[in-house]
Amino acid sequence: MNDMTAPARLGLTPWQTVGPFFHYALPWDGGEILAREGVQGERIVVRGRVLDADGAPIPDALVEIWQANAAGRYDHPEDCQADRPIDPAFTGFGRCPTDDDGMFAFHTVRPGQVPGPGNSMQAPHIALGLFGRGLLRRLVTRIYFPESEGNAVDPILGLVEPDRVGTLMATREGEQDGMPVYRFDIHIQGANETVFFDV
Amino acid sequence: MDMLQYSPQNLSEPPSLYPGYVSTVPRSPRQKLVSIPQTLTEVTGPIDFGDRLLRAPVHDMTRQGKGDPIGERIIVSGRILDDRGRPVPHTVVEVWQCNAAGRYIHKKDQHDAPLDPNFTGQGRVVTDAEGRYRFVTIKPGAYPWRNHHNAWRPAHIHFSLFGAGFATRLITQMYFPGDPLIDIDPIAGAVPADARRRMVSRFDIDTTENEWALGYVFDVVLRGRDATPMENSL
Repeated sequence: MNDMTAPARLGLTPWQTVGPFFHYALPWDGGEILAREGVQGERIVVRGRVLDADGAPIPDALVEIWQANAAGRYDHPEDCQADRPIDPAFTGFGRCPTDDDGMFAFHTVRPGQVPGPGNSMQAPHIALGLFGRGLLRRLVTRIYFPESEGNAVDPILGLVEPDRVGTLMATREGEQDGMPVYRFDIHIQGANETVFFDV
Repeated sequence: MDMLQYSPQNLSEPPSLYPGYVSTVPRSPRQKLVSIPQTLTEVTGPIDFGDRLLRAPVHDMTRQGKGDPIGERIIVSGRILDDRGRPVPHTVVEVWQCNAAGRYIHKKDQHDAPLDPNFTGQGRVVTDAEGRYRFVTIKPGAYPWRNHHNAWRPAHIHFSLFGAGFATRLITQMYFPGDPLIDIDPIAGAVPADARRRMVSRFDIDTTENEWALGYVFDVVLRGRDATPMENSL
């Protein structure tokens, strides 16, 4: 840009696949549980299946999520929304390997709305990163909730072709231990290919 | 709201689809990625969570069993930097690798090479205030994989890094200097040659410890903060 005073950029270290053998190194006990005892907000379960071009489940993928707490606050110094408290019982970050059926599941809370570009507000969403054998780099997508009023004016959904927005919407799938369950399948390729983002 | 932004993704990144690496064919999107601005969601991310979330640090991967693992003991150290050369302090570095014979402890690794009861091949360190990390391990072996006839992975250590935000996440592999397999490997080869060199560690006599272990240096560069409005006005 016009930033002549800054030092030259160093070349970034490139991405490589996580490979098939990460299971003893990256997942940890409780990595899929973001909400602990006493968490603020509505507890939910988000689960889904990771599928390849043929609709076959991918049993060696890794899913990471990052989200705001129920008040719409990220536990990070760049989030300066003083009127929205950090919840010490909520981590915001989860990691779950897929099982033999390609399934992952997280125990979390319904995120609050967070600010978007300009003066916009983003509808409740969960950022998702997908890794796996055969994925040379992370694929990034977002999970939205179908009943959120803010979806219609969400600045990110507005950048997606209308006929593909549905791939970013979780669907209600009953309850588990009194918590609403949301289903979010990830189609890496194929007729119902999930929208992936370049961030 | 003035928002921090991280620098653009590297143009020399590997593509999602690289047919030489056969598994990418059914596991890569065919639609174009949708470019979105970095919002508060992408500029924030998990930091300072090493103690809260991940398991305890493992600085010496040769001390996880009852005895010494077989193989060539090595020291790997370096710095985690952003693309302005600024250190990324207190960030978690997760590493994993196969043993000296080229076998992972993973149950799905069926390569006909021995497991080492004294080596699990996983470590986890946190950078210091200057972005430095260091761990001790065994030099990993090369191993065959079934991508194509006579396919062999160059010796490598997997690295998982976070940086300051969701957008700066990186998983990569560290290779060893002079390995003839690097340039015929479809995974390393998915990265253009000039950028591929950034994944190759260098031997360093100052990291090497007398009568004990060879040292390799591997610096990692993550996406950094783009110009802030303040810097732009200078």
